[in-house]
Amino acid sequence: MASEIRQLSVFIENKPGRLSKVLKLIGESGIDIKALNIADTNDFGILRLILSDVDKAASLLKEKEYAVTITNVIAADVENTPGGLAGALSVLDTQGVSVEYMYASLSGTGEAAHVVIRVDDNEKASEALTSKGYKLIGDADIK
Amino acid sequence: MERYWNQEIECMSREDMKKLQDERLVAQVKHVWDNVPYYRQKMEEKGVTPDDIRSTDDLYKLPFLSKADLRDCYPYGLLAKPLSECVRIQSTSGTTGKRVVAFYTQHDIDLWEECCARAITAVGGTKDDVCQVCYGYGLFTGGPGLNGGSHKVGCLTLPMSSGNTERQIQFMMDLKSTILCCTPSYAAYIGEAFKEMGYKPEDNCLKAGIFGAEPWTEEMRKEIEKSLGIKAYDIYGLTETSGPGVAFECSEQNGMHINEDNFIAEIIDPDTGEVLPEGEKGELVFTSITKEAFPLLRYRTRDICVLSRKKCSCGRTLVKMAKPMGRSDDMLIIRGVNVFPSQIETVLIAQGYPPNYQIEIDRVNNTDTFDIYVEMTAEQFSDTVKDVQKKEAELVGAIKTILGINPKVHLVSPKTIARSEGKAVRVIDKRKLV
Repeated sequence: MASEIRQLSVFIENKPGRLSKVLKLIGESGIDIKALNIADTNDFGILRLILSDVDKAASLLKEKEYAVTITNVIAADVENTPGGLAGALSVLDTQGVSVEYMYASLSGTGEAAHVVIRVDDNEKASEALTSKGYKLIGDADIK
Repeated sequence: MERYWNQEIECMSREDMKKLQDERLVAQVKHVWDNVPYYRQKMEEKGVTPDDIRSTDDLYKLPFLSKADLRDCYPYGLLAKPLSECVRIQSTSGTTGKRVVAFYTQHDIDLWEECCARAITAVGGTKDDVCQVCYGYGLFTGGPGLNGGSHKVGCLTLPMSSGNTERQIQFMMDLKSTILCCTPSYAAYIGEAFKEMGYKPEDNCLKAGIFGAEPWTEEMRKEIEKSLGIKAYDIYGLTETSGPGVAFECSEQNGMHINEDNFIAEIIDPDTGEVLPEGEKGELVFTSITKEAFPLLRYRTRDICVLSRKKCSCGRTLVKMAKPMGRSDDMLIIRGVNVFPSQIETVLIAQGYPPNYQIEIDRVNNTDTFDIYVEMTAEQFSDTVKDVQKKEAELVGAIKTILGINPKVHLVSPKTIARSEGKAVRVIDKRKLV
């Protein structure tokens, strides 16, 4: 059974002030941001967030007319040493899992970094990683 | 010295021309009444019969035809000849929903080509010329029309069609083209490419260009003339009446002579439909008095312009129309293609987007830019850039299918485009054409 994390994505036009407006909304409602990543193109950006309360943030942003979506991603502890991340990715590669994007969380345990990974097949990716001794983590593990 | 293709007609006295138009109109109305039930019914609804039309003075009694009628009648509803006597169709670029298909008998083709031959002769074309036609060939009337006219005049015709600019210039240089026919924006583009390839204006053999199918300005004319070392002339036409050659420019370069032996032009008030006196600005309406297969009576072009019977120094007596200065509907002409904002709306709805959008048009380096801003929705949104860009590409594809030209689609945040309360500003046209 894959241990999945629910990630909130927000469509943001590539214009000054748009990002801070969203982050301010989230902050003001007392929701904590545990990890984040932004993909940007000429016209738009996609803000991806791991939050302390995904549903609350989603409904809050929807109310303010933002286009949002919730996606299940996986997260793993990756050794905080040179080549640690490369090792985890090569496991996925070998299994033919393709990675759409990934990012590290804002916190870690010191020895390990929390890495959020968006793949095309969560089940397969989870199996591959756990079989090679990687620890998958859930929502609560990311502080 | 001014040359004419058909001096008798082109320089005919107003009196004789009116007589000719009177006769042809009376016969045409009868032909339509007998063969086009759709128009006959329109006449009956207005209480008009062919007996009421005794001369062009009675033209105002006839009902109008509009683009909507053409759509309703697609494809055969306005056909006035058996298909067995038709030899060709041409079609519009596929405007609101359905395309307009126009039919031609051989006689219709001959008359159309004569109109184009007059245009080519008016810019100095003779059988000694090399005429390079880089309008699109196919359903679009540009290529076939000028191609036919060029044949009639006896020019060596280069049926290039549009695109592949380097090859265009290669042929222009190697085969010593003297007359260039294409859209003005393509002419400007050829001019730039010509310079980029290291040529000077005097290096080519071109003397004139016939440029139409889209609006253009005097500034653009000067620019094209300078970059290619030619005289640039305007030509007007529409698929509904035949194609290019309905009207053409002469050496004066200040308006287009309408081929009045084939088309009667009227200017009307677009709101009331009332005929306006000469010199007043209004909507241009054409009645085809010689076409057999697809004879449209009082067809509303939606082009706003002015007619003038002021004496022309070229010696032609044919009435002159000014460059159209706008449209009486919301139609846009982008890269020579007719675009109605409602077409874009239809695509958006079909693809699951809200019908709130903004079209922005500009002209950069003499080419129209075409940007559409569309609101993202939660349903269309996904967490990967790849998927969002795929959605954009799907929209571009769907719009291209309908319009035939590629827009640039930008997805914007939901509810950021003004809602239509009263009149929404759907179109921002930054081109300075008038």
